[in-house]
This record gives sequence, C-alpha cells and structure tokens, in this order.
Amino acid sequence: MTMTRTPQRVAEPPTTGLRPRRRTWGQALRRDWQLYSLAVLPLLFFLIFRYLPMIGNVIAFRRYEPGGDLLGEYWVGLRYFEMFLNDPTFWQVFANTVIIGGLTLLFCFPLPIVLALLLNEVRTRWLKGFVQTISYLPHFLSIVVIAGLIFQTLAVDGVVNQGLRALGQDPVAFMQDPAWFRTIYVSSEVWQTVGWGTILYLAALTTIDNDLYEQASIDGANRWRQTWHVTLPGIRPTMITLLILNIGTFLAVGFEKILLLYNPLTYSTGDVVATYLYRVGIVSGSFSYAAAIGLFESLIGLALVLGANTISRRTVGTSLW
Amino acid sequence: MRPTRGYRVFQAVNGFVLAGVVVVTLFPFVNIVARSFSGEHEIRSGQVTLWPKGFNLTTYQNVMSDPLFWINYRNTVVYTVVATAISLVLTTCYAYVLSKHRLRGRALLVGVAVFTMFFNGGLIPNYVLVSSLELRNTLWAIVLPNAINVFNLLVMKAFFESLPTELEEAAAVDGLGTYGILARIVLPLSKAVLATMLLFYAVQFWNSWFAGFLYMDRQELFPVTVYLRNLIAGATSGTDITASSETALQVAASIQAVTIVLTMLPIMLVYPFIQRYFVSGVMLGAVKG
Repeated sequence: MTMTRTPQRVAEPPTTGLRPRRRTWGQALRRDWQLYSLAVLPLLFFLIFRYLPMIGNVIAFRRYEPGGDLLGEYWVGLRYFEMFLNDPTFWQVFANTVIIGGLTLLFCFPLPIVLALLLNEVRTRWLKGFVQTISYLPHFLSIVVIAGLIFQTLAVDGVVNQGLRALGQDPVAFMQDPAWFRTIYVSSEVWQTVGWGTILYLAALTTIDNDLYEQASIDGANRWRQTWHVTLPGIRPTMITLLILNIGTFLAVGFEKILLLYNPLTYSTGDVVATYLYRVGIVSGSFSYAAAIGLFESLIGLALVLGANTISRRTVGTSLW
Repeated sequence: MRPTRGYRVFQAVNGFVLAGVVVVTLFPFVNIVARSFSGEHEIRSGQVTLWPKGFNLTTYQNVMSDPLFWINYRNTVVYTVVATAISLVLTTCYAYVLSKHRLRGRALLVGVAVFTMFFNGGLIPNYVLVSSLELRNTLWAIVLPNAINVFNLLVMKAFFESLPTELEEAAAVDGLGTYGILARIVLPLSKAVLATMLLFYAVQFWNSWFAGFLYMDRQELFPVTVYLRNLIAGATSGTDITASSETALQVAASIQAVTIVLTMLPIMLVYPFIQRYFVSGVMLGAVKG
C-alpha cells in the first residue's frame, strides 16, 4: 500500500531540466515504482527529522510553551528577535563566536595545506604513510575523549604545568582562566583536525601532471618556485572548495566541544551563540527565545555559504554547485 | 635531477617538522595511558609524564567494578549496533535510488538531501520535535534523528554510479525487478563500500554523546560517553547545573584517566584496520554529487 502512495509524494513538485528521454510522471511511476518505493522511508526521515524542524522554527515568531502545541500558541511577531538584539549577553556571545570562528578559520584552514605540502616532499613511502596514519588518529575519537585529554593535559598536575614548573614558573589553572580559553580551543582544534584535513589535498596533489614539474625545472625553476607555480595552482580548486565550506560553518563553531570545555568562569571568552542558546533554551526552558537566536544563526550560516560560493564562482570560476 | 644542497637541507628540516607532528599528536595518548596506571598521589604531585609512577591496576578494577560504567558501556554497544544497522539500510536504499540518472525527479530527491547539509532546523526545534514524538529516554532518540548522514549518502551514491550499468541491464533483461537487481547483483558487488559505510556509522554512533546527554534523563540509559562527560564535568566545574549531584564531587584524576582509556580502547584497537577505508571514503565523497 505504501508503494501506490509514495509515487504521488514524489510527484508533487514539477522538476525542471529533465534527462534526455522525457516521460510523463504517470509513465515514470508505472515503470519505476519499485525504485520510488525504496525512497519512501529515507524521504520520511528527511521530512520528519530535517524539514519539520525547519518549519518548527516558527516558534521563534510564536509563543511556545513546553507540552503545548508543537508550533506554538499564538503569534508574537518579531518580539523574540527584538529581545535578543537588545540583550547585551547576546552581543557578547556573538563577538566570542566571531572571534573563535575567525581564529579557527585562520589556523585550521591553511595548516592542512602546509602539512600536505610537507608530506608530499617525503620520498620514503612507508615514512609518509606512517606520519599520515598517526596524524589522522585524533579524528577518530569521541569529542568527549578529546575533552578529557585536554583536561588531563592542562590540569594543575598535568604535563604542561610540569613543564612550567621545570622552567621555574608557577602552575596555571588553564581551564579556569578566560584568558586561555581561545588558545586552548583553537590549538586543540588544530591538533584534532590538521592531519585529517590533508587527505583531500594529498589526493589533489597526486593528480598534478609530472610533465609540468619537468618543464618548470627545464625553465630553471627551483623546488620552491615549482611549488609556487605548479603545485599551488594545481590544488587551487580543492583549496577554494574547502574554503567555501569552512566559511559556511564559520559561525557554527564547535558547539559540542565548547559545551564540554567551558564553565561559568570562562563564559566571558568561551560562551558562543550555540552554547548560549543551549542554556537559554534547553536549560532555562525559553524555547521560543532560543529558537529565534538559532534561526538567526542558521540564516547567517546559509548566507555565508551562498555568498562565498557566488563570489568564488564569479571571481575564480570554482563553486560547490 | 641531482638534489641541490638547499633541497637536502629542506629535507632534513622537513623530517624534523614531521617528527614533531607525530610526537605532538601521540603525546597526550601516551600521557593518559601512563596516568591511568599510576597512583593518585603520584599524579596529584605532578610526577607522571610518559611512564606510570606508582604502578597499580586498582583504578582499573575500581572503574570496571562500577555497575553504572558497565551498564553505560553496554548501552553504547546496543545503541551503536541498532543505529548502524538502520542507518546502513536507509542510506543504501536512498543512495541506490539517487544513482539512477534516468529516474524522473532524481534531481529533486538529491536536492532534498543536499539542502540539509547547508541548512538545518537548529537545536531547539529538534529538541521540541524529539520530545513531542515521545522519543525521550528511548533508543530511538539516538537512532532516528541521525539515521542518514548526507555525506555518507553521497559516498555511496558515487560508488553505485561507478558500477557498470550493463550488468544491471542484463539482469533486467533476464527478468529481475529492481529489488532483485539490488539484492542479487548490486549489493554483492558493493561489499567494500558497505563495509566502509558500516565503519563510518559505527564510529559515528560509538563516539556520539550529545543525543544521549540531551534526551536521556536516567543514568542507566546513558551511553558511556555521557558517563565520561559527567566524570569530567564533575571534577572541573562543580557549579555546572547540568551535572548530576553525585558527579559534582571531585573525581580522582586516575579514575578519569582510566575511563578515558577504556572509552577510546575499542576505537584504538580497530583504528589500524579501519583508517584506510575512511581515507578512501573521503576521497570518494569528494567527487561532486
């Protein structure tokens, strides 16, 4: 019975730009109903768990009470948006988000490129493989384990403080000190992601034509100039694609990691939009207010991806779609 | 081409830098293992670096004799197995449909999935949804909201597209329907990508903590990652309102170290075998969908 119903769900919106042989929807359904039926459950997943929450954002414009109507009780217009725009804490967490996001982009985007270039110069195959294997490792661990490692390493009795003591310095309570939070966040992010980030660059590097290097060296280019004029242009599409993706997730800074690492003492530098809306919404139960903040954040994120993609398509001709 | 002097110097420097990367990456792991085998007093006085001081196994015995730890560890196994199985089936079905270029409406079906990579409902609407579907405190709160990972979906789609179409056409001529072709021709040819997807999902669900943290109110339902999270939170921010009261006490550093080691152990054991599948999966996924 699902099989006869499904096709209609798929059939609703008209599509443009079809494949060569045109068929009417009726013919397509009769011919491919088995294929469409395979899409039913996945489509239900997307509708319920991805698109319904998007619609659920209307509670940002409506008064929602826990246990009440899923889509809120009555319209309040932009009241919740005015609330957060006039909320000084919101602006502080917004500034924190931009700073942490900016620092992450500044370090986590270029360092994998550098590491990939260095790895590419290693001529011993097993050595290259060994370094890669080790540097990928942190990517496979739970963020909770990573947070645990950070706490243990930076504890007052941890290795970093042992080092400081050996140098005759006083131990530092890193995790309680707002001045250290961003440094800890960004450097642990680099530690965690740099190796994994090299994969696509290393793949792109193998596709560069060897003749280009030979020609460059005949023209008298040394290794450095070959890197500059052959290697870097060769991986430029990959760089731009990853840059667009990075810019798109710029404001969605590691929510889970910050939630694990921060505490009330480090709110002043560590609290970001996502963690603030978690506390406002889930912990304090102001769902509508938090939904308004979340919607604002998602829309900025979407605008950033679309903007970066458009600029990149117009200027360098590479884009995600 | 003979390497120049400058290039040889560069090679040496490069070797040092990469050795540095390896040491910095591994250091925290070696340190945590050393701490897990050390005495609490030796840890507190800052003596443990790379080798255990005051070697003992009592902390391991203590952690492993905590019934809650075992219950949560078992929960993680159960959640991972169920979630991985469901995710694998749904992802395979949808990826197969998306790989059929002749299918009418395919572009729309792809769009439905890809759009969710760039825009999502956000934390609050998701929370409200899961709560009002009464999924809280059930396995389904962890399984269903993350059933399909779009990146994995695109990897699988790319793989199915790379299969020779002649095989499927021949099977269709011989009278097999779509289900038959998928079950008897395509899936047997796709063991490699199925294994890769199995690993992707299993690692994802094994490592996840936030869904358990958000949607489970009772300790005996937590995955082990939330158990670990509460240990860490209890020891570092006693004022954290979300930490349950019994973990708000100071937790011994050695107990934390042991729990960290035990939580990451399964991943570390399989890591050497699974790593290359992940790498090939990432490269397959990078092919534009």
